[in-house]
Amino acid sequence: MSAPSLPRLQHIIGSGIVAIVGVWVAYISYTQQPAEAFLFPRLISSVFVVLALWTFSKACLGWTKVGQGISARQFINLLPGLIVALVYIFWAAKGLGFYSATTLAFFILLSLYDPAPHGSFKTWGKRIAITAVFMIVMYGLFAQLLTVYTPREVLF
Amino acid sequence: MEFLFYMGDVFMPINFGLLMIGTIGGLILGATPGLSPTMAVALLIPFTFQLEAAQGLILLGAAYTSTVAGGAVSAILLKIPGAPANIATTLDGHAMAQKGEGAKALQISFLASAVGGVFGVLLLIFLTPVLAQWALAFGPSHLFWLAILGVTVIGSLDGRSVIKGLLSGCIGLWLATIGFDDIMGAQRFIFHPSLGGGINIIAALIGLFAIPQVITMFASGRHDDGAEVIKVQKHPIGGAIRELFRNKRAMGIGTVAGSVIGLIPGVGGQIAGLVAYDQSKKFSPDRDKFGTGHPEGVIAAESANNAMVGPSLVPLLTLSIPGSPTAAVLLGGLLIHGIFPGTDLFDNHPDVAWTFINSMLIGQILMCLFGLYVAGLAARVAQVPQSVMAAVVLGLAVFGSYSVQSSMGDVYVMASLGVMMYFLERFGFSAAPLVLGLILGPIAEANFIQGSMIAKATDGVGPYFMTGGLNLFLITVVVASVLYSAYMELRARRYSSKEEILA
Repeated sequence: MSAPSLPRLQHIIGSGIVAIVGVWVAYISYTQQPAEAFLFPRLISSVFVVLALWTFSKACLGWTKVGQGISARQFINLLPGLIVALVYIFWAAKGLGFYSATTLAFFILLSLYDPAPHGSFKTWGKRIAITAVFMIVMYGLFAQLLTVYTPREVLF
Repeated sequence: MEFLFYMGDVFMPINFGLLMIGTIGGLILGATPGLSPTMAVALLIPFTFQLEAAQGLILLGAAYTSTVAGGAVSAILLKIPGAPANIATTLDGHAMAQKGEGAKALQISFLASAVGGVFGVLLLIFLTPVLAQWALAFGPSHLFWLAILGVTVIGSLDGRSVIKGLLSGCIGLWLATIGFDDIMGAQRFIFHPSLGGGINIIAALIGLFAIPQVITMFASGRHDDGAEVIKVQKHPIGGAIRELFRNKRAMGIGTVAGSVIGLIPGVGGQIAGLVAYDQSKKFSPDRDKFGTGHPEGVIAAESANNAMVGPSLVPLLTLSIPGSPTAAVLLGGLLIHGIFPGTDLFDNHPDVAWTFINSMLIGQILMCLFGLYVAGLAARVAQVPQSVMAAVVLGLAVFGSYSVQSSMGDVYVMASLGVMMYFLERFGFSAAPLVLGLILGPIAEANFIQGSMIAKATDGVGPYFMTGGLNLFLITVVVASVLYSAYMELRARRYSSKEEILA
């Protein structure tokens, strides 16, 4: 028997995670008290777990027709951006302050994905200018217009 | 004719100003590939917190209307549909632009959008109060089935896989139960302190629609978008109006098809545009010219995708059931102001309901007027590289979700749901049923609990939920929609398998 292809393996992993969540939701719904509070979760988790296990079985048998999965190239492309975005959201926004963290994250993402050459001073200047304009607009909109008080740690 | 009584409110300076901002902003956002109308409206919600309910809805409604029309700009000038609703416009619109008729294509697309849009909103005006009165007869069991219907119809019609669509709906319904139970006060599925208050709908909407798009842009890597904007030459507007009158048949087919399709929950503007295009082609004596830059194609597609905007809000405003993801986002916009759609909206907040609906009517005309002038600017915005768009949308998503309740928990929920949705989408799951489940979950649960209490005191849960004409009708529609979609999916697979074999 040959090893499953990459998309098939991805489907098995993806639908497997959904099935585990489904089983966990059903387990919690049927074991937690008070029962009245879990009446509706019991109803939906029963359907959830059946559909999730059905999808998982189809993935294991290689019958999944829908969903392209993620190619290695796409994964390599998205990984740096995703890491920057997650560090920005889960640590930097609170740790450095919203505006400082957003400035850094915006500039890093722009530099990572901008197709313009990295060796030119002109393009770096352009990136700095775009970041500055974006931050001015964000500050004007959220701090001045909507008066949203955001965590401020470093600079502003 | 109650709507006429509130017509003046639209022209109050602040309301009219917001309508213009929403319209111009929507046209520009709509022209930007990758920014769907739903995502644009979701990102705009945080800006409506400090506005009154009617004002907030005017801004959101104007953005919804004009993003659909604005998508035609990039479809015509760049051959990139700004939104899925503009796919059919690309077929003839871009060919017209290549022939040097870009200005004419834009003019007829905005004029057709306005005619279709006005008809659709008029349908909304005259149909909504009637259905809202009818909805008064609905009890908890009917509302429960209606909420389930909202999830199953979108779950089965929206995606390519019925099972995955329904599973997405289940995930949404489960996410809606996270937090403290309303009746017993019991904790449910609170596995992180950020989830103590449940999942905030606005943060969730921003995450589910914006973050997958950002990650998709990351996944496409560093590449030059290279979209070339076709320059447009001046064209007299009178000529475009005459062209529209010459193609009354395409206009009529587009408007009727769009309006009817808009009323069906789960069927979006993309289907409306393609069905109208296909039908116009069938009935046209010049069917051979379709696809070569024929104005009829643009007129049919654009009148249809804007005609569906008004009717798509009928289920939301009458039965509290959003018929589309964008309607679900608008529901979020209503809920943050403590307004619940349905009969309550027209009885207790007629000023909000009618000012909003009237603003959509006026918005269609403004969209047409501004569209002709903003098209050039919008086409330039459509050239903004994906690297900039991804970073801009991420920043807006973080600030927008934080500003809902000034809570980092909402930002974490937004990001977690967004990343989860990206991976789910790659495996064939769809965001629309998940969002519908999340929004309709509390409605379904509240009516299920209320119905169960009534049932225990009367005939029992089974008979209460499963008998009665309206209950049986709704159950039949739920089952029929699932079976029909499953049949269509199997049929499509059979045909594609045959094609694969023959190829």
